Amino acid sequence: MEKAIKKYMPIFVFPTLAAFIIGFILPFILGIWLSFCEFTTVTDAKFVGFSNYIKAFQDPDFLHSFWFTALFAIVSLVVINVFAFLLALALTQKMRGTNIFRTIFFMPNLIGGIVLGYIWQLIINGVLAKYNTALALNEWYGFWGLIILVSWQQIGYMMIIYIAGLQAIPGDIIEAAQIDGANPIQRLFKVTLPMMMPSITICVFLSITNGFKLFDQNLSLTAGEPSKLSELMALNIYNTFYGRVGWEGVGQAKAVIFFIIVVGIGMWQLKATRAKEVQQ
Amino acid sequence: MKKKLLAFGLVGVCLMSLLTGCGSENENGKVYYLNFKPEQDAQWQELAEIYTEETGIPVTVMTAASGQYETTLKSEMAKTDAPTLFQVNGPVGLEGWKDYCYDLSGSDIAGQLSSTEFALMDGEKMAGISYVIETYGLIYNKSLLAQAGYSAEDINSFADLKAVAEDITARSDELGFSAFTSAGMDGSSDWRFKTHLANLPIYYEYKADGIGTTDAIKGTYLDNYRAIWDLYINNATCEPTMLSTKTGDDAVAEFVTGKAVFYQNGTWAYADISSLGDENIGMLPIYIGVEGEENQGLCTGTENYWCVNGKASEKDIQATLDFMNWCVTSEVGVNAMCGTTGAMPSGADGMGFVIPFKSNLESSNVLVNQANEYVANGYTSVSWNFPTMPSEEWKNGVGSALTTYAADQTDENWNAVVTAFVDGWASEAAK
Repeated sequence: MEKAIKKYMPIFVFPTLAAFIIGFILPFILGIWLSFCEFTTVTDAKFVGFSNYIKAFQDPDFLHSFWFTALFAIVSLVVINVFAFLLALALTQKMRGTNIFRTIFFMPNLIGGIVLGYIWQLIINGVLAKYNTALALNEWYGFWGLIILVSWQQIGYMMIIYIAGLQAIPGDIIEAAQIDGANPIQRLFKVTLPMMMPSITICVFLSITNGFKLFDQNLSLTAGEPSKLSELMALNIYNTFYGRVGWEGVGQAKAVIFFIIVVGIGMWQLKATRAKEVQQ
Repeated sequence: MKKKLLAFGLVGVCLMSLLTGCGSENENGKVYYLNFKPEQDAQWQELAEIYTEETGIPVTVMTAASGQYETTLKSEMAKTDAPTLFQVNGPVGLEGWKDYCYDLSGSDIAGQLSSTEFALMDGEKMAGISYVIETYGLIYNKSLLAQAGYSAEDINSFADLKAVAEDITARSDELGFSAFTSAGMDGSSDWRFKTHLANLPIYYEYKADGIGTTDAIKGTYLDNYRAIWDLYINNATCEPTMLSTKTGDDAVAEFVTGKAVFYQNGTWAYADISSLGDENIGMLPIYIGVEGEENQGLCTGTENYWCVNGKASEKDIQATLDFMNWCVTSEVGVNAMCGTTGAMPSGADGMGFVIPFKSNLESSNVLVNQANEYVANGYTSVSWNFPTMPSEEWKNGVGSALTTYAADQTDENWNAVVTAFVDGWASEAAK
């Protein structure tokens, strides 16, 4: 049997491997190569060395978008995970209708980001109109608008992961803690949370990378108004690439920098939360 | 053995699916047109079909979504089957694509041009040919203007326009309408102000300096730009703070339902507003208060140039040139491009263009006729200088600053517009 698997391995691996190389590895390498080039279409590029990277770092809008994105990622991370965890706790209690509530909270996640952005733009502008102002006039309206939007969209998703985590905690551990005299708060912080670390790791990872990569919602809700002040990094890269003749390479260089930042933060976060995971 | 065959079969299927899409070459070449104007997509599709029926040469027309032309062009051009016919908006757009433009000088279509000024030159090379001439100005509702007690003859300068607009605003409760439609700064409408309105100060500056393009705009007429912008936003159907949420559709709706007298747009908007009735529609020049403006006409020009992809195969280039020539010389093609109601062979509406070719037909678009009238009466048309604006980035910068200024009309906020206009131009032009 083992021998047969070895023998036929190339046949079974090849199609997927080919697709992976064509669809992922090659574009990725091409992308890095293009960040050192000046080009209009990706098929004929001229090597220009590091000048794209120098321009990218000299762009004040790019630096602003970095700090704006970092702040956004942190705030959305906290808001989404706290609310998702509380909802998960509430919906794992023994009460009627938990399944219906889970479905309802999960549903916003099924709607596309662009659509959500426009819907929330109408809602938020409708409210702001009462105070004679609008989303496009102040970047902090855009910031909190985005936080509300992504929270509404992603809390349901993270909640499902937390519910799965909560249900996987063996009842005897909680019971043992109860018999030893731990009160509900102590049981939450000393037993449930440590047991939940694997779910927390994945949820924190997802929400922090989503926060950094957020694009459609940003594009449709604020489009970077006013004057690029509410522009997140992904949108800044897109605008650099398509908005200016001759800046394609700079956009590409920004994308590579962006990739390194997201991978770096993601790796560091995984390592930090993994260290807190406990064995059952 | 059977299993082996099955496995190879599966791999084969996987490979096949990777390879499909590589079609065969047509012997006589083929045409692939990446169209810029979504509103004319149906007509181009029909023309392509008819041409293929007549000649057997396959013509593919693809239309980029509104505002997505550069994006689509960039990705389409990287493909093996790249567009053979594409568009640039003028000298700045050409900058990015000049290596791809086939030299059109001496071609049949170049010979059809009614004037060489409609060709886009890159040095000695004829890189593009304009295929439509358009005009914009201040479209007005004649009957509303009459109700307010004025006629178009009363408006012959910025001061007149200001007096009329402010009078209408003062009496708007009694009249039941406002002077201007909302100057929406939403993405669907902001080009009317950050691009088309901004053309006027640029036009006068170029004219004063005797130049046609520049790397460093001085902003000589920006005070005039501010004056007209103030007039638009403070005499409109909505509060200036609400402009960032207003769309192009809002302005059209306000205009056709008689909520406002003036609506800045161009000949292409005719279909949207024709329900008012031809006798009610007119177009005025956009006056900004520059000396000698009583002779100023409407803004006429083009930002639609056809370019042929010089990197396509010889056969495809020839096929494309033949197709272009057919569009502007054959009866079907010319009718489709110039005609309006029922001009297509299928009975659908034509494109309603004014084309800069010898075959151009009389138009039934009132706005076009109004534009011709201004020229015939000796008014000087304002040329389209926005193709020389350094980049989309520049336009967006000016647009954002205008929105912020509209919400809070302080000198400080206007200075931000000036900075975006002047400094933004320099830094974008320098790249």
